[in-house]
Amino acid sequence: MRVNFTVNGRQQEADDVWEGESLLYVLRERLGLPGSKNACEQGECGSCTVRLDGVPVCSCLVAAGQVEGRDVVTVEGLAEFAKQREQHGHGGACGTGGGCGSEGGVTLDAAKQWQAKPADSQTGEGVELSNIQQAFIDAGAVQCGFCTPGLLVQADALLEENSSPSDQDIREALSGNLCRCTGYEKILDAVRLAAARQGEAV
Amino acid sequence: MAQNTRTVPAGTPTNVTQKHNKGGIGESTLRPDGTLKVTGEFAYSSDMWHEDMLWGQTLRSTVAHAEIASIDISEALAMPGVYSVLTYDDLPAAMKNYGLEIQDTPVLANGRVRHHGEPVALVAADHPETARRAAAKIKIDYRELPLVTDEASALAPDAPLIHPGRDDHHSGHVPHPNIVHRQPIIRGNVEEARKRADVIVEGEYTFGMQDQAFLGPESGLAVPSEDGGVDLYVATQWLHSDLKQIAPVLGLPEEKVRMTLSGVGGAFGGREDISMQIHACLLALATNKPVKIVYNRFESFFGHVHRHPAKLYYEHGATKDGKLTHMKCKIVLDGGAYASASPAVVGNASSLSVGPYVLEDVDIEAIALYTNNPPCGAMRGFGAVQACFAYEAQMDKLAAKLGMDPVEFRQLNAMEMGTIMPTGQVVDSPAPVAELLRRVKSRPLPPERQWESAGEGADVRALPGGLSNTTHGEGVVRGVGYAVGIKNVGFSEGFDDYSTARVRLEVINGEPVAMVHTAMAEVGQGGVTVHAQIARTELGVTQVTIHPADTQVGSAGSTSASRQTYMTGGAVKNTCEAVREAVLEIGRRKNGSYHPAWATAELLLEGGKIVTDGGEVLADIADVLEGEDAIDLELEFRHRPTVAFDLKTGQGDGHVQYTFAAHRAVVEVDTELGLVKVVELATAQDVGKALNMLSVVGQIQGGTTQGLGVAIMEEIIVDPKTAKVRNPSFTDYLIPTILDTPTIPVDVLELADPNAPYGLRGMGEAPTLSSTPAVLAAIRAATGLELNKTPIRPEALTGTL
Repeated sequence: MRVNFTVNGRQQEADDVWEGESLLYVLRERLGLPGSKNACEQGECGSCTVRLDGVPVCSCLVAAGQVEGRDVVTVEGLAEFAKQREQHGHGGACGTGGGCGSEGGVTLDAAKQWQAKPADSQTGEGVELSNIQQAFIDAGAVQCGFCTPGLLVQADALLEENSSPSDQDIREALSGNLCRCTGYEKILDAVRLAAARQGEAV
Repeated sequence: MAQNTRTVPAGTPTNVTQKHNKGGIGESTLRPDGTLKVTGEFAYSSDMWHEDMLWGQTLRSTVAHAEIASIDISEALAMPGVYSVLTYDDLPAAMKNYGLEIQDTPVLANGRVRHHGEPVALVAADHPETARRAAAKIKIDYRELPLVTDEASALAPDAPLIHPGRDDHHSGHVPHPNIVHRQPIIRGNVEEARKRADVIVEGEYTFGMQDQAFLGPESGLAVPSEDGGVDLYVATQWLHSDLKQIAPVLGLPEEKVRMTLSGVGGAFGGREDISMQIHACLLALATNKPVKIVYNRFESFFGHVHRHPAKLYYEHGATKDGKLTHMKCKIVLDGGAYASASPAVVGNASSLSVGPYVLEDVDIEAIALYTNNPPCGAMRGFGAVQACFAYEAQMDKLAAKLGMDPVEFRQLNAMEMGTIMPTGQVVDSPAPVAELLRRVKSRPLPPERQWESAGEGADVRALPGGLSNTTHGEGVVRGVGYAVGIKNVGFSEGFDDYSTARVRLEVINGEPVAMVHTAMAEVGQGGVTVHAQIARTELGVTQVTIHPADTQVGSAGSTSASRQTYMTGGAVKNTCEAVREAVLEIGRRKNGSYHPAWATAELLLEGGKIVTDGGEVLADIADVLEGEDAIDLELEFRHRPTVAFDLKTGQGDGHVQYTFAAHRAVVEVDTELGLVKVVELATAQDVGKALNMLSVVGQIQGGTTQGLGVAIMEEIIVDPKTAKVRNPSFTDYLIPTILDTPTIPVDVLELADPNAPYGLRGMGEAPTLSSTPAVLAAIRAATGLELNKTPIRPEALTGTL
């Protein structure tokens, strides 16, 4: 079947999708967006978390056909999504099918040629990051990084709802995202840092 | 079969460059791959993609021990979209097995399976679901054999032999062919020493099977090449060890198997063994197409070895003034169906079985069994974890029997620099065991009824049971427990443990820049960060490029045994020093006559300049290197040699370095429901020298949390009747979430080891040791129960079992 939906503000068409394929599979293998991760593929680890019409979901548990006509934001679009939200206010344009990133996003051909490219994490030179992404780097919340995309999407959604969460609020919001490397302390640090920076910016 | 040159697959790692003015050793420099990892651009092995690639699928045995009477692949092969189905008969070379130390593991089962989930056949198809369905159509006729599942069934006189006719180098000295390796250690005279004991305690302890549960599943891409070889992109802990095992089975020379490290989603020991590497190469060579294999979580539980479950029997004695008199122990590790790292785990368990204590009279025996259970091998802590869980329980029992404070009792018997290990090896660098305990004990305790301190009333999220809202504090009791542990660093027992680093220094745009190229597996630990820091410190540059890890450079050894910063960090330092010497040579040749300091002073590279140790600037590095070729050197680095333990007495200087951590656990237990909330897990560790404090603290907190997991939730459950794994999923095998994990305050000591680069001490594993027994001690303190088994589940606390 063919599935039409919006990913990171760009209209996408996925062809030859088998009915049993998950949204995660379509993103990773058909649209060249492997940022959402496949740690358990059974909804237990949160590493594949994306926003579906604004709601954080495990994309491994969403059948690809269910996203027909809907909006998806992945970690690859998180910086742009956060930027649009800042400019357009709560919720951002991406979550509601507006013109978020109509200039942005990548073509399918470009995505398939995707390469890891060098970048400077100290300065973020040449790469625009969202508040939560920068905070994860600065706080040392990234080790192997496999849980990071899902945590970023989830934590960003938390801070959208609650700009000054308590530690218990953070723990509750991130309890569906497994991390095996960090012991979570620096992830807590990162969310606190992002919240504090967000507060300063207002 | 000629073919066109293939394009480079998407996700191929590239150079990562980091520019930083400070960022030398000792700075909390941020990860050079951080931006890639937060934007989703960092390519893990499961993200590799090639335009005409196929998907590989492994068919695994559904029974633990059986003869294979027949395999029928015809239906699978006939399915549209299926390109290849391979079984044992299709293996191309005389070598059909692999293994880290003993090559006893079949690439595909040869007429017999020895454990649940053993690979039997492979399928390549154009869609992963097609491959899965085709694999399901392969018909295998299993004739089940009697099972070996524990010490009694393994060592019975009529026990089925797991590997009949074995001729490996351990087979000659083991008392039974179902014992992989046995290491006794005898020192002093236990029978005499026992007479001095005023109290004696005995204990029998059971440690459950733990899974590494790294989040990035086993995966990779094999691309056949024009020369008949293969390019392999994988997540592993040791490229060159893989290569040595892969090439012979493919019937290829090593230079035709070109390996590149793809992004690694955690490891913790679980990637030390081969998983899908050989299978993907076999399918790629059979189909002449790129083949990707990605395990799902279910398969991952069968795709790597686990931490050895163990039975530990201990006897300790002490005088009434609290001095240990003797220790006797037997440690039985279940190695499962294949050897993996079992021999080395036995060596560790045995040589570290006394813990960080002074004990002159010991009688120790450690063995690993061959059984039909899942194979076990490397996991963070490697034999020392199981022992620490048991000897720390013994320390608490002794202290209780003597009426002493458990921390003071430990401090009274704590080893220090100069202590002689049971192997006869002298501990010749700082061993601040008593100090680490003092530090965790002196930390203020979290407030009583901490669930109320956050606001009005009870925040159930801070209570046992959490949002299940099972208590508002009724029936909740607190306990505090302590533990300390000892771990070795690096590969031991005479292994030729070395690392290689290639460093290139050249001038680009008028600025000296360095490139570091090693085969070190960056698995998340931050080795790449530290390599850039070392290059900055040694070469005085700001810009460092990290080359992808591959087999085009010499071996870096394994990312395990807490060894990579010591070993490959040491190798980078060593090569940088040679590069610096080459720069100075050029400088002396060009400028030596202008200033006497060129000949007389100790010269350093700092801030892009050549300076004397007195701080006088002699030249710009860029000026000196102008018109010169890049300096490009590749050198090996070794730690001091070790020797094998004597097979009868266990004597020998077998270890390189020791490392220590201590924990204090504070738990609250709902005694009615048996629910445990760990409130705080304070830790102190000596790291010799923190090259990057941010990373060091992250390692300690992560390692501590894996120890917490084993204490209260983690166990692979193997049915003793069938030897089948019952919980291969994250639904049924639980690892700590952020709600299960407490705050982990960390106290880092830096007492230099004069033998190690920068004085550093390998530090990744030590926190995993003492975390588990500290939590158990705290639960015992809260409940008064004996609790001799991990993990502690609710039924163990409520007596309903």
